[in-house]
Amino acid sequence: MTTRALDPVQRRAIRQRQLRRAGVYALAILIALWILLPIWLIGTMAFSTRDDVYSFPKQIAPIPFTTDTMQFFIDQPGIIDGTRNSILVAMITLAMSTTIAAPAGYAISRYFFVGRDAFRLGILAVRAFPIVILAVPLAVTFIEWGMFDKVYSVALMHTALTLPTTILVVSSVFASVPREFEEAAKVFGCNAYQAFMRVVLPLVMPGIAASAIFTFVMSWNEVFAATLLTIRNRTLPALILYQLNKSSLQFQYAGGFFMLVPSLIFIFFIRRYLFNMWGQITK
Amino acid sequence: MAEIRVEKAVKTFGKVVAVDNASLTVHEHEFVVLLGPSGCGKTTLLRAIAGLGMVDSGRIMIGSRDVTYLPPKDRNISMVFQSYAIFPHMRVFDNIAFGLKMKRMPKDDIKRRVQAAAELLHIENFLDRYPSQMSGGQRQRVAVARAIAVHAEVLLMDEPLSNLDALLRLEMRAELKRLLAELKATTVYVTHDQIEALSMGDRIAVMRDGKILQFDSPTTVYDMPADRFVAGFIGTPPMNFLEGQVRRQNGAVSVYIGDYALKPIPEMVEALARYDGQPIVAGIRAENMEALSQPAEDALKVTVLVVEPLGSQNLLTIRIGSDIIKVSTHPDFRAVPDQPIWIRFPSDKIRWIDRDSGKTLIPDLGALMS
Repeated sequence: MTTRALDPVQRRAIRQRQLRRAGVYALAILIALWILLPIWLIGTMAFSTRDDVYSFPKQIAPIPFTTDTMQFFIDQPGIIDGTRNSILVAMITLAMSTTIAAPAGYAISRYFFVGRDAFRLGILAVRAFPIVILAVPLAVTFIEWGMFDKVYSVALMHTALTLPTTILVVSSVFASVPREFEEAAKVFGCNAYQAFMRVVLPLVMPGIAASAIFTFVMSWNEVFAATLLTIRNRTLPALILYQLNKSSLQFQYAGGFFMLVPSLIFIFFIRRYLFNMWGQITK
Repeated sequence: MAEIRVEKAVKTFGKVVAVDNASLTVHEHEFVVLLGPSGCGKTTLLRAIAGLGMVDSGRIMIGSRDVTYLPPKDRNISMVFQSYAIFPHMRVFDNIAFGLKMKRMPKDDIKRRVQAAAELLHIENFLDRYPSQMSGGQRQRVAVARAIAVHAEVLLMDEPLSNLDALLRLEMRAELKRLLAELKATTVYVTHDQIEALSMGDRIAVMRDGKILQFDSPTTVYDMPADRFVAGFIGTPPMNFLEGQVRRQNGAVSVYIGDYALKPIPEMVEALARYDGQPIVAGIRAENMEALSQPAEDALKVTVLVVEPLGSQNLLTIRIGSDIIKVSTHPDFRAVPDQPIWIRFPSDKIRWIDRDSGKTLIPDLGALMS
């Protein structure tokens, strides 16, 4: 104790360390609240009574609890159809995107070919290109070709939008399977196709599934292209956006919650694969 | 039947020549070690034999078959990878059985073979486990078991022990050697660890910059290195080099290290005489010099720089002229830094090396003398 009292340098160092750590924690909590508070608010409102939704200040928990607000939202005209459209679009997008991305990702992760880096950059450049500029001529073209206001045309658009991310995720999944596994398979009697099917595929399957789900979520949430390319066959986000300013608060909260939940659940299940994409080691 | 012949193999990666016109014959049942520093092309050569990287030119024969352009599965080979590469989604049993299943062997035979291979490597109790539930040493055993279960004519090993900790490596080294002697497979084993090479191989091919510098038995490679690189790469500590001057006086040839004259053995006189008046390099191993605490006839007085007691020996670092050398002495030998001792050089243990080319003079001296 005495030595400690005699050493003000150490004490100052300890205090500074504690202060710094407290600062980091405070910042982290602030950022978390910034994201979590609106989600909590939407969740609370979606299960509150009509009067509570309109009251102010807002309550912090759904008491009394009711499903009336959600029921009200689902009963609105077009919601069921919109949901069906959204799921359809997302499924088609998932299928097309994964089918194209899997071989592309495999090629990027495994083979050294001329222009590989340019190819990788090109994939990202697609994302850098602002969709706003792209959208109007695209809508015109779709009208000319008779593809306007169709579920599959939205799915096509979503495939183009999600493909870069999907390819990068898939290639990182393939990259996580060491080349030696394939080589060992070949030494022990496999040809290239058998080595892929017996060794690589089982190992990447969870990762590919995760990337497919991520693609689904991206399509499920996409609103801009869907709004532009459809009128009667609206997807759910497009429909909600379209009705937003002329709808009630109940509709808005319940709609928000309805959109949010599938994304949250899916992302929760695939989170470790998404972390993997940035090279984080997870087991 | 399963002799391996590599003829004039060349493999380049862009501008880098990884294997440079390498030729080598591995006899049936022989255990050959490819040894060299990293980047010397030893792994590339092994992969060429395995079929995992085709050579640019040259020929690779296994037995009487030309396998140069055959895929790995048609070469009747087996391999242990440095990273083990055992399949994480399969149980140990299925890993060991993998090659046998690919051959569509009957189930009972597979079971028997897997059991036998597992018993040889003492992992018969782990057959139901997944690789992630095993330690590094156990995984290594699975990789070896998988390789021997297929009974291939040729067994290739790419630094199989390098990922084990020192104690386990020592243990596994002896076990592998015994196992491979029993199996009698023709084996090519890649390592950068010269002790591993010396202790395990029937013959060692020392490689550097894609070339095979020397291909001989461990004792010959150690005792009669073909050139200065081999001499300096093999041995702990590596061979010492002393620069001297050849002088011919009255028909006798001596090599002067400063004022001290080394007398070469009679077999060397003729070769050394050609260097009259020119510099030459004397190579001698640390354990071949005799350290004396008293002055003696034909002993050179030197000053000790460092004394390292290593338990089984005392390793002395000594300066002679501008050269620093290591001398290994009995652990009881007393030496103190900055104090003089006397060194005697047994002339039959000195290897003479051309200073410019780095080549050993009369490298087959051993055969000459015996």
